[in-house]
Amino acid sequence: MILTYVEIRDNKIKKSSLEVLSEAKRRAAELDEDAAAVLFGQAVEGLAPDLFGCGASRVFLMDNPALAQYSTQAYAAALAALARKVNPSAIFFPATSLGRDLAPRLAARLGVALASDCTKVVVKDGRLEFTRPIFAGKAVLSLTLSSLPQVATLRPNVFPLEKAAGQGEVVRGDYEPAAGQDRAQVVEVVGERGGELDVTEADVVISGGRGMKGPENFGLLKELSALIPRSAVGASRSAVDSGWIGHQHQVGQTGKTVSPNVYMAFGISGAIQHLAGMSSSKVIVAVNKDPDAPIFKVADFGVVGDLFQVIPALKEELRKLRSE
Amino acid sequence: MDILVFVKRVPDTESRIRVSHETNTVVEEGLNFIISPYDEYALEEALRIKESKGGKVTAVSVGKEDALTILRKCLAMGADEAALIKDPLEETYDGLRTARIIAGFVKKKFPQARLLLFGKQSVGADNAQVPSMLAELLDLPQVNVVVRLELEEDRGVAYREIEGAQEKVAFPLPAVISAQKGLNEPRYETLKGIMAAKRKEIPIIPIEEIGIAAEDLAPRVAVTRLEIPPARRAGRVTSGPAEETARQLVEFLHREAKVI
Repeated sequence: MILTYVEIRDNKIKKSSLEVLSEAKRRAAELDEDAAAVLFGQAVEGLAPDLFGCGASRVFLMDNPALAQYSTQAYAAALAALARKVNPSAIFFPATSLGRDLAPRLAARLGVALASDCTKVVVKDGRLEFTRPIFAGKAVLSLTLSSLPQVATLRPNVFPLEKAAGQGEVVRGDYEPAAGQDRAQVVEVVGERGGELDVTEADVVISGGRGMKGPENFGLLKELSALIPRSAVGASRSAVDSGWIGHQHQVGQTGKTVSPNVYMAFGISGAIQHLAGMSSSKVIVAVNKDPDAPIFKVADFGVVGDLFQVIPALKEELRKLRSE
Repeated sequence: MDILVFVKRVPDTESRIRVSHETNTVVEEGLNFIISPYDEYALEEALRIKESKGGKVTAVSVGKEDALTILRKCLAMGADEAALIKDPLEETYDGLRTARIIAGFVKKKFPQARLLLFGKQSVGADNAQVPSMLAELLDLPQVNVVVRLELEEDRGVAYREIEGAQEKVAFPLPAVISAQKGLNEPRYETLKGIMAAKRKEIPIIPIEEIGIAAEDLAPRVAVTRLEIPPARRAGRVTSGPAEETARQLVEFLHREAKVI
């Protein structure tokens, strides 16, 4: 059995978790095993059919008020207890903030190695081989894990989501919070930017660099983003280091690595550490005044021109497209 | 407050990476090495805590003698002490192995440590495993990807970055914290600091002295391949009036690439 940890935010299953479950189902089928999912939280049972619909034959449900808010230690303890009981061959997580926090804690609790941030999983001699970028994508490493279960986090936006007409069984588990333990607790979620997507989760990333000339002009990228569904605004290191936009938008080796369907680079020259973070995008387009900018070497479509003229024209074209 | 900061030696982020297909390792020749950028935020935070609350900051690295250079930099920035845990192996990509080495070291040499600081990931292996694994092995609370940290005597509050928001996390000390860009602005080392760092002795602790079972020192990760991804090919480049280039661009995305 391959077990997928399912992440819930705002009472919905995150798309990245369904991608991971779809991949778990594909690899499990190849291994002649089944795919199962883990659902933690409060009043979350209603979400189980979505998981059957992505290939889970069983959903291990722990519905408990003590699990309503994510806690690394509580979740890791509950997951480890489940893993010891059901003995999966592998446990997959989405490589999101939560997955990247929880998976290593669980792996250490089980005394097993972990493959982080994988972009490919194949079956080889009955085991899994994981492929993952290192140096933010400048090199690609393939590895196997000799310990069991094989624990891995899978990068969002990489693995295709596959619907299955499946049905399954909900397996209820009991959760006993450890008594009297003083743990880290999330006391508040702050600065929730109402539905704004993170660059790692967006289908389209619209990034600005030094050529944006100042913080006020990032508004242009936000306007563009408003016209493109599931898009988010990104930035180069120099724009972030100049204080024009928050570092959570930074794409590159000291920022985030992204693999959207489209990466749009405005006024970004294309430093090697930036290219590392976005070269796995499916399509790259760039607008830059400098015809010799390195970004054009990786762009599928480049526009040599003034972004301050191109962006308003782009908005117009996108509006036309949307009204068609 | 006794603070440990764990740092790693990595190739400069501007480096072009080359690999050896015979050994499946990164070719070190010609690379310039630095302290992993996120570790600098961790060290800076430790120094600021020491300056406001008192205490001692010790920088620690796991690796070979060549990591002494970054430990000297930590001393030059203001760390009181440094230590190298000497590991004979090259990069194993096995975070659990490293976490076990560090856990053994902390139990043996720094059981009194109140705060264990890391960068949120090393820039290179990009694993982001060791802080959480160490926290589990030592049964400590963890907060990863921290952009703001406030400490009291026995407790702290950290703001951790998640997608589109921040989690405010309250935790008891001792704790493991990993730093994200934005936590602070790391200082430069001073000339005086550099001179003083040169005179300081950095103890080198062989991994055998930590007392870890041999089976736990054997990596559980086997590298099967290390490759440089094929370079993307340059596509079409156009220029001309903005209205025309914008029209072509949208047409490309909509009709050809079919992505919007």
